[in-house]
Amino acid sequence: MANKILYQLVKRPGDSTMVLLTFIATLIIMAILTVILTTIGIFGAPHVSLDFLIKAPEEGMTEGGIYPAIIGTTLLVITMSIMGLPVGLITAVFLHEYAGEKSKLANIVRFAVNNLAGVPAIVYGIFGLSFFVFFLGTQIDSLFYGGNLKWGKPALIWASCTMALLTLPVVIVSVEEALRTVTRDEREAAYALGATHWEVVHRVVIPKALGGILTGGILAVSRGAGEVAPVLFTGAAYFLPELPRSFSDQFMEMGYHIFVMSTQSHDIDATKPIQFATTLVLLLLTFSLNFVAVLMRRRIRITRR
Amino acid sequence: MAENNNKNSITNIKIEVKELNFYYGQVNALKNINLSFIAKHVTAIIGPSGCGKSTFLRTLNRMHELYPDQRIEGKAILDGKDIFEMDAMELRSKIGMVFQRPNPFSKSIFENVAFGPRIRGERNSNKLSEIVESSLIKAGLWDEVKEKLKASAYELSGGQQQRLCIARALAVNPEVLLFDEPTSALDPIATAKIEELIVELKKIVTIIIVTHNMQQAARISDNTVFMMLGEIIESGSTDKIFTAPNEKLTEDYITGRFG
Repeated sequence: MANKILYQLVKRPGDSTMVLLTFIATLIIMAILTVILTTIGIFGAPHVSLDFLIKAPEEGMTEGGIYPAIIGTTLLVITMSIMGLPVGLITAVFLHEYAGEKSKLANIVRFAVNNLAGVPAIVYGIFGLSFFVFFLGTQIDSLFYGGNLKWGKPALIWASCTMALLTLPVVIVSVEEALRTVTRDEREAAYALGATHWEVVHRVVIPKALGGILTGGILAVSRGAGEVAPVLFTGAAYFLPELPRSFSDQFMEMGYHIFVMSTQSHDIDATKPIQFATTLVLLLLTFSLNFVAVLMRRRIRITRR
Repeated sequence: MAENNNKNSITNIKIEVKELNFYYGQVNALKNINLSFIAKHVTAIIGPSGCGKSTFLRTLNRMHELYPDQRIEGKAILDGKDIFEMDAMELRSKIGMVFQRPNPFSKSIFENVAFGPRIRGERNSNKLSEIVESSLIKAGLWDEVKEKLKASAYELSGGQQQRLCIARALAVNPEVLLFDEPTSALDPIATAKIEELIVELKKIVTIIIVTHNMQQAARISDNTVFMMLGEIIESGSTDKIFTAPNEKLTEDYITGRFG
């Protein structure tokens, strides 16, 4: 094997150099990932226990667990999915199934979506603060609550809205991609049986693309679940011993919790094991979401063969 | 007696196409088509690639309307009604279509056949089962799939998939079936089965088949239409077209001098 590689190296230097370079690049990526994961695993795993998962932080976050942060993150992910996924799905269906190829409106929407995808997460955070919290929230308060502060402050609902906005472009792009996999042949088959446009869309196109739609949705959500910047000003709390009871409450979020522990805590060194453990839990959460997406894709591929 | 026959052949016209022109943007792809299709006969449309035979077939159930920049002029009368003035969904349930490549939905065999009746509002599951069974029997597929109606249509072979597509089209009781080169993606054995099926089906429906395979046209059709460059060069009984065509172009094409 080594001889063969050496022989090739001498015989075709250009070719072999390319192979070597791509090999090294792959190796570097693998190495970085391995170092990050093992570090987090080694330092984090010993601290993860049942208590850690079901207890609130104690003693200025140097003791106890991350239960409120886990629940907060879960609530955030669920709420933002409920708000973002349907909008994304409908937009993508409009773009791909209803707007014609030459539609100006569709192209404007696509242009906007592509640009939104490139906006940094912190900009979403600021937008969420000024639009949802200060504008929308304050308006609701002055209209329905006689000016009393209820919605015009950072809250779970506003953080979810902001997060939904952040994931929207990803959802739209991936759903459109999934819809594109349904061939013209299948659409024509349905039309030829007398199906209306809507029947073709909801009985043929969406069922066929469902695997791709779900995978795209889950990947978008799992990407959002790891973001901190959008919830920084819109709903995440520094520390809360209690769980949120309403959409207008603030909540703890795992990513933000890590940020707080590593920068704002009064004894940063003492929180280190908890930081690692929290990171590990957050990673496991997003990985399991991705894993579900992979399983779903595989399952659907098997049944569709 | 002769008069009687004559009268019969007039009343038996299923579709009559009058002065049909078709445009892709500015391009006049079908020029002044005048043609009649006789009920419960197989009419084959042959001609070199790009002659407009598929385009013509697709205007008969208005599939062209799904795409921008395609328009038609003229008339096509189905049982006294102009195809282009009917409701497109209703028209397509009367004039079904089987495509070049088998295109089953990614659903079970049962659901593929039940699709048409379902979108017509049939909810009764006994009724649906009956329709599925009788359609599969008509398409000669029942014995092969009756044990696995719940299996995915993609588990079937190409030839079986194409017969499934025929069963699916039959499930809405069409009066006319359009076949757009239905065997071009199939092996010879599967092709033979589809051809037998087409001959069998003409007892219940009017069949128009586009094919680039002249032997196929000769084997299964009663009438043949020869098209070139968007025009009909000659049409008539298959025997006549293949043995004693009037036009030199038809003869040249059929004897393989060009193709």
